[in-house]
Amino acid sequence: MSSTSLPQETRTPALTRLHQALRDPAVIESTLIALGALAVAVAIFSGFLLALGKSPSTFFSLVWMGGFSSWFSIQNALQRAAPLILTGLAFAIPARIGLTLLGAEGALVLGGLSAATLALPLIHAGLSPLAILPVMVLGAMLAGALWMGLAGWLKHARGVNETISSLLLTYIAIAIAGFLIEGPLRHPASANKPSTPPLGPDLRIGDIFGTSVHWGLAAGLLLALVLWFVMARTTFGFAARMTGGNLRAAQGQGLPVGRLLLACCAIAGACAGLAGFFEVAAIHGQANASLAAGYGFTGILVAFLARQNPLAVVPVAILFGAIDASGGLVQRRMGMPDATMLVLQGVIFITLLVSDTFYGRLPFLNYSRSGDRT
Amino acid sequence: MSQADLMIVIYAMIGGAIRVSTPFLFVALGECLTEKSGRINLGLEGTLILGAMVGYAVSLNSGSPWLGVLAAGGIGILTGAAHGWICKLPKVNDIAVGLAFMSLGTGLAFFFGKPYIQPSAPRLDSLPLGGWSSSPQVQQALSVNPLFFIGILLAIVLWWGLRNTRVGLTVRMVGDSAASARAMGVNINAVRLLATAAGGALAGVGGAFLSLSYPGSWSEGLSSGQGLMAVALVIFARWNPLRCVLAALLFGAAGALGPSLQSIGISYGYHFFNAAPYILTLGIMIASARSKSAAGEAPRELSIVK
Repeated sequence: MSSTSLPQETRTPALTRLHQALRDPAVIESTLIALGALAVAVAIFSGFLLALGKSPSTFFSLVWMGGFSSWFSIQNALQRAAPLILTGLAFAIPARIGLTLLGAEGALVLGGLSAATLALPLIHAGLSPLAILPVMVLGAMLAGALWMGLAGWLKHARGVNETISSLLLTYIAIAIAGFLIEGPLRHPASANKPSTPPLGPDLRIGDIFGTSVHWGLAAGLLLALVLWFVMARTTFGFAARMTGGNLRAAQGQGLPVGRLLLACCAIAGACAGLAGFFEVAAIHGQANASLAAGYGFTGILVAFLARQNPLAVVPVAILFGAIDASGGLVQRRMGMPDATMLVLQGVIFITLLVSDTFYGRLPFLNYSRSGDRT
Repeated sequence: MSQADLMIVIYAMIGGAIRVSTPFLFVALGECLTEKSGRINLGLEGTLILGAMVGYAVSLNSGSPWLGVLAAGGIGILTGAAHGWICKLPKVNDIAVGLAFMSLGTGLAFFFGKPYIQPSAPRLDSLPLGGWSSSPQVQQALSVNPLFFIGILLAIVLWWGLRNTRVGLTVRMVGDSAASARAMGVNINAVRLLATAAGGALAGVGGAFLSLSYPGSWSEGLSSGQGLMAVALVIFARWNPLRCVLAALLFGAAGALGPSLQSIGISYGYHFFNAAPYILTLGIMIASARSKSAAGEAPRELSIVK
């Protein structure tokens, strides 16, 4: 550091800083554009429903009922939001360094499988659940980190396009899991649906006190907070964002670009692997084909809508959790197929990407005041 | 494995390679054309599934499978044109738009395809080219769908057209240097939109092959990433339509490995044999990335090689 000290920054109270953030044109801009894109998506989807002779107002009121209207439905939405927060983070963190990494689904499956497999010999050895659970968590995160790290390493060492390699790795991960679950790791009693041996009630992760939402939600919130801090307030995060902004400039500054890439991929994989752990330990109680439920792919959409901001991932994941939770209700009440929600998600995805074109072009915002977007 | 078993596997692999490679060939040719114009369309996976559903539905309702193929090509033109139109907006990333079209195409296909899972539509007839042989395996392996030959013909036309015609030159120029094309007065966005729409049409026809010939019925698990593997296949074929044919046959053979082994009773580890095309793709990408000859032949405007 140079000897001339920077002027001492006056400490501002949290509330004032919140006010400043809310007046920051960058924050206003991204909020307005994201909400605008959602509104346009709702309008297009309403047109789609009208063309099919279905009532849009019934549809959206059912989504409201199924996702938000009662404590029961809110818990249902939060339950589904938990893995989406983690897989959303798994897309958002590598995106900040400029990688489009789609491997969360594969990392989730392998993470869940590792957790379920590592626990078995330890249960056999008679260890207490308190000793086994940390091993399961670490195993799941490590498996995910290695899998996603592989795509990052291929990108850095060989220049292999990470979007396609991570997607191929997902298919390979699902094949490996399918082979192990139906072959060597299969529990003999699981006749109809091949699964690994059940973990038993001692190893089930319970619910957050007073709710029916499992602890995966708390883990997701905590990780979102930690990763937001890491990306926005630490040297590592700054270096990663700089690499994402301009690779050549980062290399010119002597930043360890390769290690940063690998670290971002590993963090992403660990998040997705942790989601797999919670799917096994809190929902299924064993590893089976239900692990590949598409959370990894919906996470991509969540991260896009959150503009790769780890904090914004949380509310967006809850929104998509609610949409997911109301799927059954829409199916039963309106007689529409389960793919309805896929169509809605696809429409949102496209309007969202089209809305990217409005950044920096909103006529009523004073862009000269806009600072660094974090 | 006895000699007879080996022959069964080899015949099944040859027949399978021809059958499985046809959708790969169409999607790869479509992607090749789009990428030659300097844009990448990852949404062809969605187009493939949507084409399969539309082709099946039209064939069922009209009784003519070839009408189904046409309709599938038509829906491919629509999605391709939409992709091309969105990508011309400033600050929009073509890879992300491709992902969005993949999810929308899949969603629409599943949404409208629900009623078509049960009924069986008229399928495309195959040409019995194995009639000279008395062996049923040979006959089965050599009953080839006409779309396979149309695909090969298209590859030749595309290869010739890109090299020797004014249209081909324009597409290549837009893909290699947008600045030069603009200086020549070429409307880059229009060329890319047309190239993406034409690529989408080919992918849609590839999808119709899936539902109308092999496997020959509509289900939600019909496509398992062929549209994406085609992107890697085009890189492997170094943006040459003729090499796309060879690459598609190789991928087809890899995809036929699992079912052929199952036909003689080897089913242990079939997950891995089914994953063979993915593993092959990844291996090819690792081997061909950073290869100087590949980099020299890539369209220079393409985002994935920049």
